Amino acid sequence: MIEWVNAVVQGVLLGGLYALFAAGLSLIFGVMRLVNIAHGDLIILAAYLGLSTTVMLGIHPFVALLIVMPAMAGIGYILQRGLLNQTLGPDILPPLLVTFGLSVILQNALLEGYTADPQKLNAGAIETASLSAGGLTIGVLPLLTFAMAIAVIATLQWVFYATALGRGFRAVSDNQDIAQLMGLNKAHVFGLAMALALAVTAIAGILLGVRTSFDPAIGGGRLIFGFEAVIIGGLGNIWGTLAGGVILGVAQTVGAKIDPGWQVLAGHVAFLIVLAVRPNGLFPRVEH
Amino acid sequence: MPALLSISGLHKSFGAVVVADGTSFEVAEGEAVGILGPNGAGKTSLFNLITGALPPDAGTITFGGQDISATGAAQRCKMGIARSFQVPQPFGGMTVFENALVGAMEGAGLRGAEAEAHVLSVLDDTGLLLKANVRAGTLTLLERKRLEMARALAARPRLLLLDEIAGGLTEAECTALIETIQRVHAGGTTIIWIEHVVHALLAVVERLIVIDFGKKIAEGPPKTIMDSAQVKEIYLGVDPDV
Repeated sequence: MIEWVNAVVQGVLLGGLYALFAAGLSLIFGVMRLVNIAHGDLIILAAYLGLSTTVMLGIHPFVALLIVMPAMAGIGYILQRGLLNQTLGPDILPPLLVTFGLSVILQNALLEGYTADPQKLNAGAIETASLSAGGLTIGVLPLLTFAMAIAVIATLQWVFYATALGRGFRAVSDNQDIAQLMGLNKAHVFGLAMALALAVTAIAGILLGVRTSFDPAIGGGRLIFGFEAVIIGGLGNIWGTLAGGVILGVAQTVGAKIDPGWQVLAGHVAFLIVLAVRPNGLFPRVEH
Repeated sequence: MPALLSISGLHKSFGAVVVADGTSFEVAEGEAVGILGPNGAGKTSLFNLITGALPPDAGTITFGGQDISATGAAQRCKMGIARSFQVPQPFGGMTVFENALVGAMEGAGLRGAEAEAHVLSVLDDTGLLLKANVRAGTLTLLERKRLEMARALAARPRLLLLDEIAGGLTEAECTALIETIQRVHAGGTTIIWIEHVVHALLAVVERLIVIDFGKKIAEGPPKTIMDSAQVKEIYLGVDPDV
């Protein structure tokens, strides 16, 4: 029995990482209706930036966040204003194709720069530290990841509903043309949204790199997990995204408990069941 | 008085449909001008050209002495041009207060308590104070029309463009609206008002411009214009010979 409880707990904590994958994706889609196919590869890019920073400066991966987060935010702003803004319009195909192309370019650039060898970020003792409670053993790192996910989502929620920046995001998301006429520069607001999304991606990438080994080809899988978490939770609901990540994580760990080969499959099955029963996700944003 | 807005030789067409055909006119600082014209005459397109939502094919738009023909819509709003829409277009997912706050912060450049105080006074002026925390998507038509006005006023415009804001209102509502617009005008805001409810228009404006097929066909004091045979024929559909 305790093993099953343990599987569920591990799944919940794993869900925190998936929610971090998904948060940036959800934000980008929410503000500019842009489906970012390159999101997984941007997570891996952040992990590699973390690797370079830790190796070159000899600092802890978590300290490296102080460099990688602003770097990813800068990349996001430039990427949005220099490339992605030009693809946005009434047709949804151009942004899909361009971000798909970006995904291919990123993978190959990372392959060229870092080779295909799996890498890992070394976070030291924290990786193996654990807490014991009532027969359960909980890793400090997964716990920290989950806490980070809650902090990130609470921060995003606060930015969206309590700051001028967030009001700009919501106004542009609601009606781009009117927002322009009310003095909001759409191109700039979109740039800021992408910067914020990729700053979150930096956190996701570093935590991924500390947790498991990564190579340039695994971005696609992270994209799928992120998408599934967003859709299970319901589009446009940022706390729903955390719930979606948790459901996906639990399905995977419980699936793995039944048979180790079922881990990823169980997650996809859970996603398909939710999609069949609640096509708008479990907690869709209340329509106005 | 110097011209606040000056439009010269403005052209815009969508294929064979001409919405502005060499339109030229000036509006002085502090003036209130009415625009009349049949449906499809290009009145709303004129507003789209002035606010920067549409780029002109030819011609220039000067605002406050600056050529703004190539200036983006967001920048024009910051310079002091705000409009209301004929079909209200609130940010449906945001509250009434937040809708107006976007105008106050982005358009007027106000911050913090000053922005909030300005929004509250605008909502009070437009009779929306009690609806401040209601989501804009749930408002009734009249409330949405008021919100159009409130959001535009929150941006503290030098030039306020009103697009058929009196349409569909009851007589009492219309009277209240006219009072609000008169108050705004008395405060020094320049107004251009497109309106089919002629008596409401005449209660406020000092000059009328009549447009048909994108062309300015008459311009002058309201009484002269309303009495002109050409305007009666084209705009009111009355044949003066009958």
